Amino acid sequence: MKLTVNGQTREVDVEEDMPLLWVLRDELGLTGVKYGCGIAQCGACTVHLDGAAVRSCQVWAADAEGAEIVTIEGLGTPDAPHPVQEAWIEAQVAQCGYCQSGQIMQAAAFLAETPDPTVAEIDDAMSGNLCRCGTYPRIRAAVQAAAAKMREGAQ
Amino acid sequence: MSRLGRIARRTFLVGSAAIAAGVVFGADLVRRPHANPLLDDLEPGAAAITPYVRIDAAGVTLITPRADLGQGAYHVQALLLAEELDVELDQVSVDPGPPAPVYWNTALAPEAAEFMVPAQGLMQDMAEGAMGAVMKVIGLQITGGSTTVPDGWDKLRLAAASARETLKLAAAEQTGAAVDQLRTEAGAVILPDGTALPYTDLAARAAGMEPVADIALRPPGSWRLIGKPHPRIDMVAKCTGTQAYGIDMTVPGMLQAAIRLNPAQGGGLAGFDATRALAMRGVIDVVRVRGGIAVLADNTWRAMQAAQAVEVEWAEAPMPATMAAQWQVLSDSFTAERQDSRNRDDGDVMAALAEGEIISAEYRAPYLAHAPLEPIGAIVRVEADRAEVWTGTQIPRFVQQNVARIAGLSPEDVVVHVQMMGGSFGHRLEDEVVKQATEIAVQKPGTPIKLTYSREEDMAHDFPRQIAMARMRGRVAQGRVEALDLEIAAPSVMASQLGRQGQAAPGPDSQIPAGAWNAPFAIPHHRVTAYRAPELAPVSSWRSVGASHAGFFHNAALDELIHAAGADPMEERLRLCNDPLARRVLEEVAGMSGWTGPLGDGRGRGVALVTSFGVPCAEVVEVTETGSGIRIDRVWVAAEVGRVVDPVNFENLVQGGVIWGLGHAMNCEITYEGGAAEQRNFDLYQGMRLHQCPEIVVRGLENGGTVRGIGEPPVPPAAPALAGAIFAATGTRLREMPFNRFVDFV
Repeated sequence: MKLTVNGQTREVDVEEDMPLLWVLRDELGLTGVKYGCGIAQCGACTVHLDGAAVRSCQVWAADAEGAEIVTIEGLGTPDAPHPVQEAWIEAQVAQCGYCQSGQIMQAAAFLAETPDPTVAEIDDAMSGNLCRCGTYPRIRAAVQAAAAKMREGAQ
Repeated sequence: MSRLGRIARRTFLVGSAAIAAGVVFGADLVRRPHANPLLDDLEPGAAAITPYVRIDAAGVTLITPRADLGQGAYHVQALLLAEELDVELDQVSVDPGPPAPVYWNTALAPEAAEFMVPAQGLMQDMAEGAMGAVMKVIGLQITGGSTTVPDGWDKLRLAAASARETLKLAAAEQTGAAVDQLRTEAGAVILPDGTALPYTDLAARAAGMEPVADIALRPPGSWRLIGKPHPRIDMVAKCTGTQAYGIDMTVPGMLQAAIRLNPAQGGGLAGFDATRALAMRGVIDVVRVRGGIAVLADNTWRAMQAAQAVEVEWAEAPMPATMAAQWQVLSDSFTAERQDSRNRDDGDVMAALAEGEIISAEYRAPYLAHAPLEPIGAIVRVEADRAEVWTGTQIPRFVQQNVARIAGLSPEDVVVHVQMMGGSFGHRLEDEVVKQATEIAVQKPGTPIKLTYSREEDMAHDFPRQIAMARMRGRVAQGRVEALDLEIAAPSVMASQLGRQGQAAPGPDSQIPAGAWNAPFAIPHHRVTAYRAPELAPVSSWRSVGASHAGFFHNAALDELIHAAGADPMEERLRLCNDPLARRVLEEVAGMSGWTGPLGDGRGRGVALVTSFGVPCAEVVEVTETGSGIRIDRVWVAAEVGRVVDPVNFENLVQGGVIWGLGHAMNCEITYEGGAAEQRNFDLYQGMRLHQCPEIVVRGLENGGTVRGIGEPPVPPAAPALAGAIFAATGTRLREMPFNRFVDFV
């Protein structure tokens, strides 16, 4: 089947029900997408499917066909980070960092929909993403800073 | 050959063996210095002088032998080296280095840390007198016990200073300039005329020189880096998905492996039928491992799916069938025969409790999984005469030895590549996953086997935090706490953990009463007794180890007595506190929180103080009872650490430790039914979520003379401070974790 990942069409030969997570990681080598729980409880595998944040462990490969898939690798790069990534770096969010790809993808999709969020909206949007290291205070601050950056950028 | 080996072949290494032997490691303990592992495979003409700094054409590489679990170990070790070497943090690469005796963890020796019991077993086995000497002989290269900064504080700076001075000598020799006219900056020696000679250009000349051993560390006033915030060296990679963790490693030709073990801890495999699994797409083989089966496939998911399709017959597990039976074992352990230690016995507790009104209570702490978000895994390739391992581990030397044993090799024929870890919290102080990957790999010689645990297997086969039970009896008089008799029963983590490495752990386990026996309070009659319960589930070190239960018990008991005395939890602790450093920590947190007594209106505050890993840490937690449950509003934390190396990393670690302590106290436990863990994923093991996270204000104090680590000390005070706050807000006294058995949280 053909998948559109980070703007490129990729041919993969996988079962229809292979979770997108494992297609991305094992078949396409996009290891920025992380496996944490496999049951949509941690959010480490979050990617964008037509702009919406989804848990890629719950999306069948066949259901992703025809959609625009964006992973952390496609959101930004060390040389050209997305505003959310910039905010994350400036706030020095990560400890182990394993959940942060998913946190950042969640935040980026959320802020695209909600450019000027309240703290309660941030809490609501980000509470499905587990961080075992406990970087939540910095995630909150980074989401707010990213929102400000993106609003400035949009003007 | 290893990456390190390849680099070493075209590399000059600089530093000082003299430092390693004499100044740093204490030649008084053991005369013979450890070999510098970076010397292996060097070409003729190349040189290696210190095990901590490598300079080659590509630049400066700092060897950071304490593993990075997420705590920023690479960053702070690089920072300490860069301070004296005069390189900028963005000029250096870090490499965890090979497992080697020279990287033994000095700070784990008992005179430097409370985390002492591992060494006792080793000491016994080696029949040596000095614990430090034994640990050096074994070369115990462990990341744990909040020791990375204490261990590296002098070692890394001395090694870097020696390297710097040797490079200056080389520059003097090359240019004829006087050494005292030279300075160093940003990875170069600067000549009097301002010309910069990069270290990389001086390496070849310095190679032939005797390293400078007569060096003095720079005084705090001239530090460029220490004590100031710096962008963490792994931050950009971790925010762009470009940081590779162990689970992301690939080796050409590797097969993916999934494991399925008897869900009952310690139970074996009676038999299996892999017919259906072998017919599934991508499946290459199904093999037996100790306690279960492993599936080899061309894709991780296919391997995991096929593992579920194997028909298995499990053997009985050796654990009591129910949690009730386990708690009964603990309850029956408060006996003279099982008494393990009584490190605290002030005044005359028996006489004090012989009359008057006695207050008594019982407390419990459950099993807890480590559950770092990156599940455990390892890649192992076994060949006829060598093996190679890629894994995130806190114990690379044990890994090396275990792989060698299983593969029938010598440890020196096993190369271990320590990987960046997606959390650990003590999980990766165990190496079962490496042993299992090796068991598979010996069945497939020459093929790299990548074993990745599913979340379910990871949680089911974690060796959790110990369960523990405590009984308190106490008495109050004239508004004061007069007597506290605390008895704690728990299985020995150290015996369980070291037993899996074939090491004995004789003598008392200081972790059973850790954080309780040393509570810095001058209660007139004060006794803390530890009882060693039999091992039930296998248990292991979980962030803050014994203090995670004993710190809760002691503070919770103290709170009950203070309440009975009609005193204020903060004021009475301040009155009783007889350790100057701990007292300042309490005063600090009282000031930060503006503690003035009860808040009223469904709001409450609690305070706790625990000294663990040498760090007095006090926390005030503030909660509100809302219509939808308890909300944790704010936390104030003060900790005495001697020196804060990087204030941003420090704050992040402390906040994380508080969240770790609060989250698990709120809603986490592992229970066993028929020996099998009932919580195997995050749906039943939630921890704290962002919407529950309070504001957390952190202050690091630097009044003590000794530098301490901060990875673990913020954990123990969190649960009792939360329990105190909930009592103040609601009147509900919490004596058992997790608290959501008794109250709801938002």
